[in-house]
Amino acid sequence: MNPTTTKKLLLTLLAWGIAVIVFFPIFWMVVTGFKTEVQAIAPPTLIFDPTLAGYNTVIERADYLKFALNSIVIAFGSTLLALLVAIPAAYSMAFLPTKRTRGTLLWMLSTKMLPPVGVLMPIYLLSRDLGLLDTRTGLIIIYMLMNLPIVVWMLYTFFKDVPKDILEAGRMDGARTFQEVVYLLLPLTLPGIASTGLLAVILSWNEAFWSLNLTTSDAAPLTTFIASFSSPEGLFWAKLSAASTLAIAPILIFGWMTQKQMVRGLTFGAVK
Amino acid sequence: MATLHLNNIVKDFGGTQVIKGVDLEVKDREFVVFVGPSGCGKSTLMRMIAGLESTTSGEIAIDGERVNEVGPADRGLAMVFQSYALYPHMSVEDNMGFSLRLAKVPKAERREKVLAAARILQLEPLLDRKPKALSGGQRQRVAIGRAIVRNPSIFLFDEPLSNLDAALRVQMRIELAQLHEELDATMIYVTHDQIEAMTMADKIVVLQDGVVEQIGSPMELYHHPRNRFVAGFIGSPKMNFLEVEVRGADAEGVEVALPGGDCRVPVAGDGVSAGDVVTLGIRPEHLALDEQGPLTGQIQVIERLGGVTSLYLEHGDSEWILVADGDVAHRVRDHVRFTFDPARAHLFTADGLALAHLERHPLVDIDRKENRASSASGGQR
Ligand SMILES: Nc1ncnc2c1ncn2[C@@H]1O[C@H](COP(=O)(O)OP(=O)(O)OP(=O)(O)O)[C@@H](O)[C@H]1O
Ligand SMILES: [Mg+2]
Repeated sequence: MNPTTTKKLLLTLLAWGIAVIVFFPIFWMVVTGFKTEVQAIAPPTLIFDPTLAGYNTVIERADYLKFALNSIVIAFGSTLLALLVAIPAAYSMAFLPTKRTRGTLLWMLSTKMLPPVGVLMPIYLLSRDLGLLDTRTGLIIIYMLMNLPIVVWMLYTFFKDVPKDILEAGRMDGARTFQEVVYLLLPLTLPGIASTGLLAVILSWNEAFWSLNLTTSDAAPLTTFIASFSSPEGLFWAKLSAASTLAIAPILIFGWMTQKQMVRGLTFGAVK
Repeated sequence: MATLHLNNIVKDFGGTQVIKGVDLEVKDREFVVFVGPSGCGKSTLMRMIAGLESTTSGEIAIDGERVNEVGPADRGLAMVFQSYALYPHMSVEDNMGFSLRLAKVPKAERREKVLAAARILQLEPLLDRKPKALSGGQRQRVAIGRAIVRNPSIFLFDEPLSNLDAALRVQMRIELAQLHEELDATMIYVTHDQIEAMTMADKIVVLQDGVVEQIGSPMELYHHPRNRFVAGFIGSPKMNFLEVEVRGADAEGVEVALPGGDCRVPVAGDGVSAGDVVTLGIRPEHLALDEQGPLTGQIQVIERLGGVTSLYLEHGDSEWILVADGDVAHRVRDHVRFTFDPARAHLFTADGLALAHLERHPLVDIDRKENRASSASGGQR
């Protein structure tokens, strides 16, 4: 074996190893969901009679569909709202930059470095006083704000890649700013906007800190659903696993279906 | 019907003046070419006319109306970009029809206008393609077609041919000139290419460092350059320059000292007197080999092109380029003598200004259209 083949083999093994380590907890969670409670705490084994008992109990005990619906509405709603706010912001930063544009972008990103718990009190009080506690609207707004820096930043980089000439040609053709954005910029950056949106959906879907602190029942998403099984029934591993599997299944399927979209680049034969 | 006036316009990019007070008048249906070295502000000037760049001071008027505050969408101009700037996600037909779509022109009428433009540019078979499936020349045509469909009052072209190969450039150059006649439109054209400028322009604007050096017909710039910069910039190969001393000036011209004897150049000698140092300028094609000539040089390089031969000569620290008709029997390192017709020479004062020729060249005011048989017969029909 020559050195490059050896190197390739080692790298492949390493990649597989990491993939297995990353994937194993999820795999184990799914498997545990099909066990009985007794099997779940017994010494780990892969050989057992699969049962749906765990899933049945979980679905019976809590209104899974209500939580799922909340998750969907909140994740997609906040993403849509974030895009609506971020597109004009990124447009002006990419095409009408000023001396402060870079600083603004960095500052926006720096807000992500703050631990959310640091602003728990003000946000909680604001939500309470505005009547947004335990409402979907409340979470939609919070998630929109939470994702905005990343969404603006990503859109900014995608917009920057659009040749200025194309937009100027549109202007010469008579396009107003709105038409320029709708007919030229958005179609040209659609893959980028889609992957930005998908990321925002996933981040919102998996968010637990704010949903646990700001919702109780009416607007509670799936992350709250999982949590509701973890505290009172901390030792019932099978049910907890079943609940977790149910909570992440939609987003896993969604991510798997759209992975091509997420990876697709921005390559167009635009300007020569 | 469209005229354009620039009145002392200035562009300031955050402290650096890039356009330093340009005045220009473009008549209806005129073909105006901006030339100048890279970075002199040609594109900036054109973008200011288009409205893509704001004007720091001065006034831009189209058909007599100030348009400084009018956005690019409303100036009624069309621009062809050097990069073509086609909309990559639209078919050729949609690219060409985009302006009409924005203007809410009904679909049937839109198609009709796009087809008419496509016919002129032979783009009909390509209407359904996306830009990335086109060759460079085809993309260029689509970009021009997009401009035609708008039926603009003025066309703006920013180096539209610079991405094409030499043969296609010649072809497109001729097509553009024909298009100008067919459309009877006012056109403003930026180029680096001397030949494009000389062959297409009614009027050439020579820019340097954001300042207009001279405006005139191609023949005027060639025969009567206003200063040393224009003299050196227009014409290829470049004009030869030699510092000489003035012997005297009178109504017949200015007498200067040359190594092989004095010579009288028929230019107005106001302001120069014996003893002044001036620059003699002679175009390479106006030098001729001559055993008795007053100038000498040693051949460094010979370029034999068949039709003409270029000799690169050196004498002391002066260098000369001489373009001779046909073949030349001389070899590299030969010493040759050469001469010139003083009537075709130019004199420049120490600050670079040309001394005016006593007689104007007869072809200076010739209309570009008279150079074309097609327009003459077209005019009669
Ligand atoms: N947005 C800008 N900000 C600052 N300076 C600029 C800007 N655009 C152009 N310039 C400067 O203005 C000058 C003129 O640029 P311009 O593009 O008009 O030159 P040009 O004559 O078209 O050159 P070329 O022949 O290379 O295309 C250049 O020195 C350029 O650096
Ligand atoms: Mg330019």
